[in-house]
Amino acid sequence: MSSLLEISDLHAEVDGTPILKGLSLTLGAGEVHAVMGPNGSGKSTLAQVLSGREDYEVTAGSIRFDGVDLLDMEPEERAIAGLFLGFQYPVEIPGVSNLNLLKAALNARAKARGEEEPAAATLLGRVREAAASLNISNEMLKRGVNEGFSGGEKKRNEILQMLVLEPRLAVLDETDSGLDIDAIRVVSQGINSLRDPQRSVLLITHFQRLLDHITPDRVHILVDGAIQASGGPELAQELEAEGYARYAPQPA
Amino acid sequence: MSNNVPAELATVLGRREYAPGFTTDIESETLPPGLDESVIRAISARKKEPEWLLEWRLEAFARWQAMTPPAWSKVQYPPIDYQAISYYSAPRSSDGPKSLDEVDPKLLETYEKLGIPVHERAALAGVAVDMVFDSVSVATTFKQKLADAGVIFSSISEAVQEHPELVRAYLGSVVPSGDNYYAALNSAVFTDGSFVFVPKGVTCPMELSTYFRINERNTGQFERTLIVCEDGASVSYLEGCTAPMRDENQLHAAVVELVALEDASIKYSTVQNWYPGDENGKGGIYNFVTKRGDCRGARSHISWTQVETGSAITWKYPSCILRGDDSIGEFYSVALSHHRQQADTGTKMIHLGRNTRSTIIAKGISAGHGDQTYRGLVRVGPRAEGARNYTQCDSLLIGSDCGAHTLPVVECAHPSARLEHEATTSRIGEDQLHYLRSRGLGEEEAVSMIVNGFCREVFRELPMEFAVEAQALLSVSLEGAVG
Repeated sequence: MSSLLEISDLHAEVDGTPILKGLSLTLGAGEVHAVMGPNGSGKSTLAQVLSGREDYEVTAGSIRFDGVDLLDMEPEERAIAGLFLGFQYPVEIPGVSNLNLLKAALNARAKARGEEEPAAATLLGRVREAAASLNISNEMLKRGVNEGFSGGEKKRNEILQMLVLEPRLAVLDETDSGLDIDAIRVVSQGINSLRDPQRSVLLITHFQRLLDHITPDRVHILVDGAIQASGGPELAQELEAEGYARYAPQPA
Repeated sequence: MSNNVPAELATVLGRREYAPGFTTDIESETLPPGLDESVIRAISARKKEPEWLLEWRLEAFARWQAMTPPAWSKVQYPPIDYQAISYYSAPRSSDGPKSLDEVDPKLLETYEKLGIPVHERAALAGVAVDMVFDSVSVATTFKQKLADAGVIFSSISEAVQEHPELVRAYLGSVVPSGDNYYAALNSAVFTDGSFVFVPKGVTCPMELSTYFRINERNTGQFERTLIVCEDGASVSYLEGCTAPMRDENQLHAAVVELVALEDASIKYSTVQNWYPGDENGKGGIYNFVTKRGDCRGARSHISWTQVETGSAITWKYPSCILRGDDSIGEFYSVALSHHRQQADTGTKMIHLGRNTRSTIIAKGISAGHGDQTYRGLVRVGPRAEGARNYTQCDSLLIGSDCGAHTLPVVECAHPSARLEHEATTSRIGEDQLHYLRSRGLGEEEAVSMIVNGFCREVFRELPMEFAVEAQALLSVSLEGAVG
């Protein structure tokens, strides 16, 4: 199977502090991988680097997305190419409705592909359907993006955007944090509904509990900026029992 | 020299030895630069004004001469040479470009970005509009409809001829001729503007817009607008200044007076996009405007909505005098200053009557080296029992070289008044920008989306087509604000 995402020996730093130190990971089309790691291991840095966040400097290594050099692309170009980041802490954009944002995002894609902008009614139908599956009310759709949303509502809103934008690769950064059991189930259903042979998901998480609902093809353990171990879903189970201690870097 | 030229004007011109002189066509005449009594007499004569109006102008001129330009605002500009300005210019449309092909392509590009329909683009660019579309029939239908309703909508010069008693009764009754330096100057030399009169009980059947009149007459830089609604009447007036002016540092000193009698309602919306000058602050309009509404009758209602994106300097405080009991004043404002633009704007809500209410929502956006001040006064008089005001001032900063200042003043002389004030200052965050870009929006589109969201409370007060235009304007004005 051809790989959709190929990260090789990635080194990245923030404000001069190295965070990622030789991370390599390959994700095939249609696969769901989980990246698990303790706080400070570089999970969110990985997500931000993938999305093209400016403050994160890649100092070595490469990322290829569908055969193209991802590091060469602006954040919006990555999005249009099919990369989606579900943020750990989605920001509020007051006065810009969710519908408006989704419309602009879809229009940007249509424009880049030389297609016609989706009709308003089509868009609305698509958004409402996805929203209903996530228990997001019409009233929430009209509110400003994440404006006054609870932590759980913000995460559901990320999944809503993902469902509407139909990315080829969804990178979900701690989407499960701050969610109660019911919300985790709803969100997991949303993520599962996206699974198909063409789409891939990279779940970045601290805990195993999300993986009770979404069975990954592969699990990677990220500690100290590099993948220390990879395996099947059973790796996550082991981790739950034993913790990250055994993957801790050895003192030099 | 044409025989059409009034004797007085000819005298002035002769004396000044204005080299180009007059063309034979009275409609394209321009007075040479300079200001003294004879110029004012010439203007008044040219407009065949009644004696009382000439007297009024001369009195304003005398007051103006004794005044000094206001120095309390934060705006900075070199002293204006009032003798270097020409105070009367009535260019004939045929002096302008003959067709859109002759218009500066840059100008057309801007209109296109704004989504302004072709015939309006033509009008704004000064093209003789009847070559593009049949303006005569449009204007006629429209005038007939208003006349049927009893609404008077004309240029103020025409109103002086046709309805002198109405003009005389209300002109200067809200903004007296000696009100301030620029209002006094305007009173002395105003050349044209709009007049609206809505009689008792009539709801104006359409939104009135300066677009309609632009075809007929090119209003000068000292325009004067007077809108009167009698008891129970209502009107919505749209002032579109979307023509980017090509002149350098031109002074625009307009006066707008609104009078609302009992139960009357006036909604005045402005989208101002005069030429702001270039990135380095060269050129641009000085927009020194006095706008005031008088809620003269009980339960009257005056609402100002302004979107100020243009001008090198904006100095403008659309205000309401809440004289009638239970009257309502509103001010919704978006002001943008980019590059070297300066905006010192806000409002005054003067509560005189009982149970008067006012709302102020002011949104300031600063980018580049833009500087922005909200300056407001809420005054509650000793009779204004139960007065209420809600003020909200929000500033949005883009980049690190711009400034935002909020100067709200409250004067309260009645213990029962309830006054609320909220203010925020925020910066467009990297987080917000990155969030939108990660959804596929380009950087400029992302900025414009954030800014439009910030302004939403004001935009929703605008009539639909104006709101669309205002959003487009903000995007165009903010081009290059980031990155």
